[in-house]
Amino acid sequence: MAVTFAASSRAFAQPARRRRSARRNLTGWAFAGPATALVAGLSLFPAVWAFFISRAKWNGIAPATQVGWANYQRLATDPDMLAAARHTLLLTALFVPASIFLGILLAVALNQKIRLIGFYRTCIFVPYVASAAATGILAGFVFNPQFGAANDVLRHLGIPAQQFLESPSQALYVICLIALWGEVGFTTVIYLAALQDIPRDLVEAARMDGAGKWRVFRHITLPELRPVTVFTAVWQTITAMQLFDLIYTTTRGGPLNSTQTVVYYIYELAFQTQRLGYGAAAAYLLFAVTFLLTLLVIWYGRRRGSEVF
Amino acid sequence: MRWRLPFSPWHLLLMPLALLFVLPLVQMVLTSFMSSAEINQFPPQLLPTSLHLSGYRALLTETPALRWLFNSVLVSVVSVIGHLILCSTAGYGFARLKFAGRGVAFLVIVATVMIPIQLLMIPTYLMFARIGIVDTLAAAFVPWLASAFGIFLMRQFFLALPVELEEAALIDGCGTWRTFWSIVLPLARPALATLAIFTLLSSWNDLLWPLVAISDDNRFTLQVGLANFQGMRRTEWSQLMAGNVLATAPLIVAFLIAQRKFIATMTFSGLKG
Repeated sequence: MAVTFAASSRAFAQPARRRRSARRNLTGWAFAGPATALVAGLSLFPAVWAFFISRAKWNGIAPATQVGWANYQRLATDPDMLAAARHTLLLTALFVPASIFLGILLAVALNQKIRLIGFYRTCIFVPYVASAAATGILAGFVFNPQFGAANDVLRHLGIPAQQFLESPSQALYVICLIALWGEVGFTTVIYLAALQDIPRDLVEAARMDGAGKWRVFRHITLPELRPVTVFTAVWQTITAMQLFDLIYTTTRGGPLNSTQTVVYYIYELAFQTQRLGYGAAAAYLLFAVTFLLTLLVIWYGRRRGSEVF
Repeated sequence: MRWRLPFSPWHLLLMPLALLFVLPLVQMVLTSFMSSAEINQFPPQLLPTSLHLSGYRALLTETPALRWLFNSVLVSVVSVIGHLILCSTAGYGFARLKFAGRGVAFLVIVATVMIPIQLLMIPTYLMFARIGIVDTLAAAFVPWLASAFGIFLMRQFFLALPVELEEAALIDGCGTWRTFWSIVLPLARPALATLAIFTLLSSWNDLLWPLVAISDDNRFTLQVGLANFQGMRRTEWSQLMAGNVLATAPLIVAFLIAQRKFIATMTFSGLKG
């Protein structure tokens, strides 16, 4: 009797439970579904499609012809691509260490309890809010060879006027400076937050043991900042590898292609000359290299004993 | 006796650096009020002799800059609203609700984090062309309606909330929607503010994607309009600086008003992003 009752109650409960779980699934998907569909539809799907495009010769209008890995093979010997890769890597190699060094320096300075500190913070963070496009246009004015403020400063220092963005040998370095001006606020904010997270007892204990300011910084502060440095290195590497806005509003890759970056080259290939397949292959190559560089930075950080990812 | 500075030595580092960071922006604003004759002289003058509005007047009559400003505002507002609704609901779903396929769906979102826009722009352009929204403002804001970062941010926030409040609401007979809407969302205000600022900064300052997706003059955002205007009129500096002021002033003013909130957003997008 008891057994039959239990069995029949289970038989009753099952549809109800199923109904309840169907309802739960429906509610769950109603919450998470729209955003998931949008994110998947606008990144996962196009990323897969981009791979198929990268194996074709296609101008977007005429039917595509499958060429296998030919686009990738051509990239390896394309002098424009090699030059763009060289410029991008040089920019990254300058930008990443400089933005980390300046970020730490500024964060330590802005962490002091001195007068005007609020004013200093505001000044240093404000360029980060300005768009890269506006920054580029402004830089074109400040570094104008004829009447720009930069040459005026050089004149006061007794240095002859420079061509800056109009010189093939200087333009890339000037762009790196401009990028630092616009992005250093970000690393500074990150380091400032990290500095404020360092346990005060740690610093005080070191002080009690007779460590001077510099030794506290060298042996307590810097090691405590290491995990954050792995993060900022990754982030700034990605930023530098994908630099486009500043190039577009300052030099458009010139003079004499000296500031052509990989992303700018991809933009030109795909949207100026309609070589979609070749452009997609270059984009995949950039993605792969950025990914590998990121892994390299994380691996290096791990080896030095910091686990952030 | 040791000689001492009457002020902290840090000022010697901070004062020149602070000026280096802010003076170009000051010069931008001042130059937008100069006449061309004042601009084209060397050594450059920092202050205009009087308030010349010719730069602004020329910009507004010779280009559809007001239209661009309107487009930028529209794109940013829609993007922010989209993010607030879609990412907070999705974040709550992933943090609190149990449903079939939750793990897979979340994995899909995690997988998209590393994919850069440069890889996506060609297929996305083709896709948008096929559904006929290329060259409309929708093309500019649709990719900004939700993001993996936004979903993460909200999920992290909801995971850190104590679950007891929601349980109490459920026991009192509140449905999932009501609990979310009237109990959870009001608590999430700080996270929503961070999300809004993040979306505003990214969508307002975006150049590459709208540049690719939009070619009609009247549908440019401010960033695209200015970048292209600069390509044609490299020497009209007072107009260019006036345009720059339009393109940067809204965010800079917002930053000056809500500086703490902006800095919290930058920190968050750094440490958790």
